[in-house]
Amino acid sequence: MQEHDMSWVRTEMALAEAPPRTEAGAGAWIRKNLFATPVDAILTIFSALVVAWFLPQILNWSLFNAVWTGADRTACLTVDQGGSLPSGWSGACWAFVNAKFGQFMFGRYPIDERWRVILTAVIFVALLAPLLIPRVPYKRLNAILFFAVFPFIAYFLLVGGFFGLPYIETSLWGGLLVTLVISYVGIVVSLPLGIILALGRRSKMPIIKLICVIFIETVRGVPLVTVLFMASFMLPLFVPPGMTFDKFLRALVGVALFASAYMAEVVRGGLQAIPKGQYEGADSLGLGYWQKMGLIVMPQALKLVIPGIVNTFIGMFKDTTLVLIISMFDLLGIVKQHLSDANWATPQTAKSGLVFAAIVFWLFCFGMSRYSIYMERRLDTGHRR
Amino acid sequence: MKHTIAAILGIAALGFAASAASADTLDDVKAKGFIQCGVNTGLAGFSAPDDKGEWTGLDVDFCRAVAAAVFGDGSKVKFTPLSAKDRFTALQSGEIDILSRNTTWTVNRDTALGLNFAGVTYFDGQGFMINAAKLPGVNSALQLSGASVCVQAGTTTELNLADYFKANNLEYNPVVFEKIEEVNAAYDSGRCDAYTTDQSGLYAIRLTLASPADHVVLPEIISKEPLGPAVRQGDDKWFDIVKWTYFALLNAEELGITKANVEEMKNSANPEIKRILGTEAETKIGTDLGLANDWVVNIVKTTGNYGEIFENNVGAGSPLKISRGINALWTKGGLQYGMPIR
Amino acid sequence: MTAQDVNRAGESSRTSLIYDPRVRSIFFQVLLILLLVFGIWWIVDNTIENLRRSNISTGFGFLRGRAGFDISVSLIPYSSDSTYGRAILVGLVNTLVVAVTGIITATILGFLVGVARLSRNWLLRQIATVYVEVFRNIPPLLVIFFWYLGVLSILPAPRDSIELPMGSYLNSRGFYFPRFIWEQGAWLVFAGFVVGLALTWFVARRARARQMATGQQFPVLWTGLGLIFGFPLLGFALAGFPLTLEFPVAGTFNLTGGVNVSPEFLSLYLALSFYTAAFIAEIVRAGILGVSGGQSEAAAALGLRPGKVLRLVIIPQALRIIIPPLTSQYLNLTKNSSLAVAIGYPDLYAIGGTILNQTGQAIEIVVIFMVIYLSISLLTSLFMNWFNARIALKER
Repeated sequence: MQEHDMSWVRTEMALAEAPPRTEAGAGAWIRKNLFATPVDAILTIFSALVVAWFLPQILNWSLFNAVWTGADRTACLTVDQGGSLPSGWSGACWAFVNAKFGQFMFGRYPIDERWRVILTAVIFVALLAPLLIPRVPYKRLNAILFFAVFPFIAYFLLVGGFFGLPYIETSLWGGLLVTLVISYVGIVVSLPLGIILALGRRSKMPIIKLICVIFIETVRGVPLVTVLFMASFMLPLFVPPGMTFDKFLRALVGVALFASAYMAEVVRGGLQAIPKGQYEGADSLGLGYWQKMGLIVMPQALKLVIPGIVNTFIGMFKDTTLVLIISMFDLLGIVKQHLSDANWATPQTAKSGLVFAAIVFWLFCFGMSRYSIYMERRLDTGHRR
Repeated sequence: MKHTIAAILGIAALGFAASAASADTLDDVKAKGFIQCGVNTGLAGFSAPDDKGEWTGLDVDFCRAVAAAVFGDGSKVKFTPLSAKDRFTALQSGEIDILSRNTTWTVNRDTALGLNFAGVTYFDGQGFMINAAKLPGVNSALQLSGASVCVQAGTTTELNLADYFKANNLEYNPVVFEKIEEVNAAYDSGRCDAYTTDQSGLYAIRLTLASPADHVVLPEIISKEPLGPAVRQGDDKWFDIVKWTYFALLNAEELGITKANVEEMKNSANPEIKRILGTEAETKIGTDLGLANDWVVNIVKTTGNYGEIFENNVGAGSPLKISRGINALWTKGGLQYGMPIR
Repeated sequence: MTAQDVNRAGESSRTSLIYDPRVRSIFFQVLLILLLVFGIWWIVDNTIENLRRSNISTGFGFLRGRAGFDISVSLIPYSSDSTYGRAILVGLVNTLVVAVTGIITATILGFLVGVARLSRNWLLRQIATVYVEVFRNIPPLLVIFFWYLGVLSILPAPRDSIELPMGSYLNSRGFYFPRFIWEQGAWLVFAGFVVGLALTWFVARRARARQMATGQQFPVLWTGLGLIFGFPLLGFALAGFPLTLEFPVAGTFNLTGGVNVSPEFLSLYLALSFYTAAFIAEIVRAGILGVSGGQSEAAAALGLRPGKVLRLVIIPQALRIIIPPLTSQYLNLTKNSSLAVAIGYPDLYAIGGTILNQTGQAIEIVVIFMVIYLSISLLTSLFMNWFNARIALKER
């Protein structure tokens, strides 16, 4: 041992050995991730069978066998049903969606006036996009524009009746337009209202606390359908005769009140998570209640509950579909209404229309949830261990 | 905007608003400049939006006639489509001024629901429709034992159905939906064997099915369904206007006053025609109702007389091709009897 | 003003600090109460005026009236001669049926998917992820319509029913399966079940005592299953097989006999289960991830197998994280069952709506809705809170 020359030192890095054959390449990945144990293997085979069964069917139905264009139902009927497609055919009837696309987006909004909706949408996106991208400056101005100024612009544009724009009744609105308007109003109203309710619920004044608790728990305990029903049918009974509200406005009130109760609980969760020291620190600095909440507690609490807030938004976005129960036509409502169009009655119409609506809803909700995850990561300023 | 401001003001002013509002529908209607009329969401011949979104139908035309009587302009009316469930609340709450939505006149609705029916614009009866192509050999409602029957929720139809099957000791399975479109779709997709509603409705609905020729309406009529416009209780003035608009339509038909000849009829020497059309000297009929004296002229100019409304919407001039039957004038053996205008 | 200043000056600075906000708080609360009382008075006054004007009777007396309409699905005896009150009860039972079956299915499915999302198996994980992301981001009403209009309503007519095993059928009128008709002596089967249950409980006690004393284990699960199923079977045989099956057979219009599950119920049940399961899966996943990694490593170090690690170490701890959000999912499912009205399943909301239409008692019906839904919510919360307290970490 001692005779070895110990002074030799390697001067360049040794080349890395190839990993053992069992640990590298596709084979190893498969073994590790799919066939690690016998149970795993069975699960994999089972799952593969499920995928092999469903995936071709879904692809065939939605893409390869689908009918993309056509003037009426005959485009989507098989020979036995009076059409021209081979019997036994099954595929999506996108021609139906294609023909009704304008209706699905705008409802019965007059065709000549649809540019107003499109313009509103463009302004909406133009204000929203910079607000969502963290790098863009002037956030405060942008937020004021989006939450305070935009509603008025949208109101003038969509409802009209001013500056030579014809007045469009809300009963003509429909489709994605209604879905988005209700969601936007719900979001803009429910966040501040929810914060106030949450503060009220944690207030030291017993009566304010009691009122907030009763409101929050009552609204959260009943289905939205009941709240909409009340807003739609009971509200007129509560006001003096002759005083009427727009039906659309009533639905808006219902959704916004409902959402703010849920929002209040989310915000309360955030308030509870703020350590007591923060409150006491603020008190010791001599800050008043609103200063304490506005400057110290809320910024921290809201940051904590961003995922919860976005989840509430997503829930509300999905809940807008319920207005169809009180005979208003949001996206789902208008799709469903057109399903009974005799010109397009085929066995595939219902599935196609509903899948289309599902895709639209999914895109919005999935987008929101991804954005919330992204923001959560960005704002995560080291609170975790 | 108007509504929003009204809402905000109303909430802000709270009690003040209560004293400001009046219980006079005619004044309210005149103030807002149009009549809000509750109609069916879609029943061909009675009230349905056409391709351009214009409402058409017998019930719709009746509301136009009232608008013509009040404003002299039949277009000053807005329509609120209502499901069977929404309709009474909508009227009670003041959301609509007239409910003209193929609604059956019953004592319960007249009393407990606080409605006032102004007349019967269509005498109907409940019947059944089946898909004869799928059910050959069924030609009577009494053969429907064990069938699934589609029916709209909250209608007298639903109650009559229960009574009829009970009285005849038949089993059945009700399949109940809230909106008429849902019932239609369910029946068309084969969810039920039979569809029951008013016979006029069955003929109308048959037109919208995928293959109308396959479906037959069974002969039995199991109920009386007098359909007519209703208003809120407690406003006799408004009730009178709606009621007499209906009678005016009937009287116009009886006297042969039509949309085409109403202008020349004004010069008629017939005292009855003169009285109705308000050309009689010192006439007070219109003003007594709170309307202009030429109210009947306006009505007939807008919609024609009752016979014309009937023929255009559900009769020979329409796809429904329903015969006048008991809806003919009393002079022709029917039940439509206009009270004398004098 | 001056009086107050004098007062302030007269008192110590400490009391004035507390004194000021208290006055303000009382002032605001009194103001709020006044506003509220005024608002409520205004609403009540208007409502009374409106009701009086349209001559609508008030009160709950109408509940004793004859309903007059039939209900397609009813678990309790009901006919058109029953009262409105009973009709509401039928609706409530229907709501509870769909809620309970939905909750059970959603929980099982949700747990499976949640565990699958954490599986080492890549393919399984992807499938679970796709499932969760699809269903979580679609409105429940759309899922209901999809099942109802897209899948179940295009099934064949009763004549061409799809035959399923064990005498069941599937067609556009729903799912049919044989009805069990118990004859005389059937009580023996039930008695056997009770005996089996009692014995299992006894065995489990003994087994635990033995394990505590000697460390030896006893296969309680298999013995218990054997007892619980064995005794009823024995009773069944002793009584001479007192069971006949009533198979559904083709009638003039529908299949007659057997039990029919309507497509409305099926759609609602499937949609609510699938939809809620996606949320439960995420809750389960979060719960399992919330148990620190050291726990499973420690359990593995003790020699427990992966299945047992999950069952004995991870799940009991994860449950503490899972239960509270799970409760709100259960409540959501129950509330979402009111969407039944859109496809014509006679739940509480749908039947209440029909009654409202027959009687015009809008306010009373809404009050009934509120009271019932709130009670369901409250009872579910109470039960889940009790369960939560039972399994909560006992900190001493």
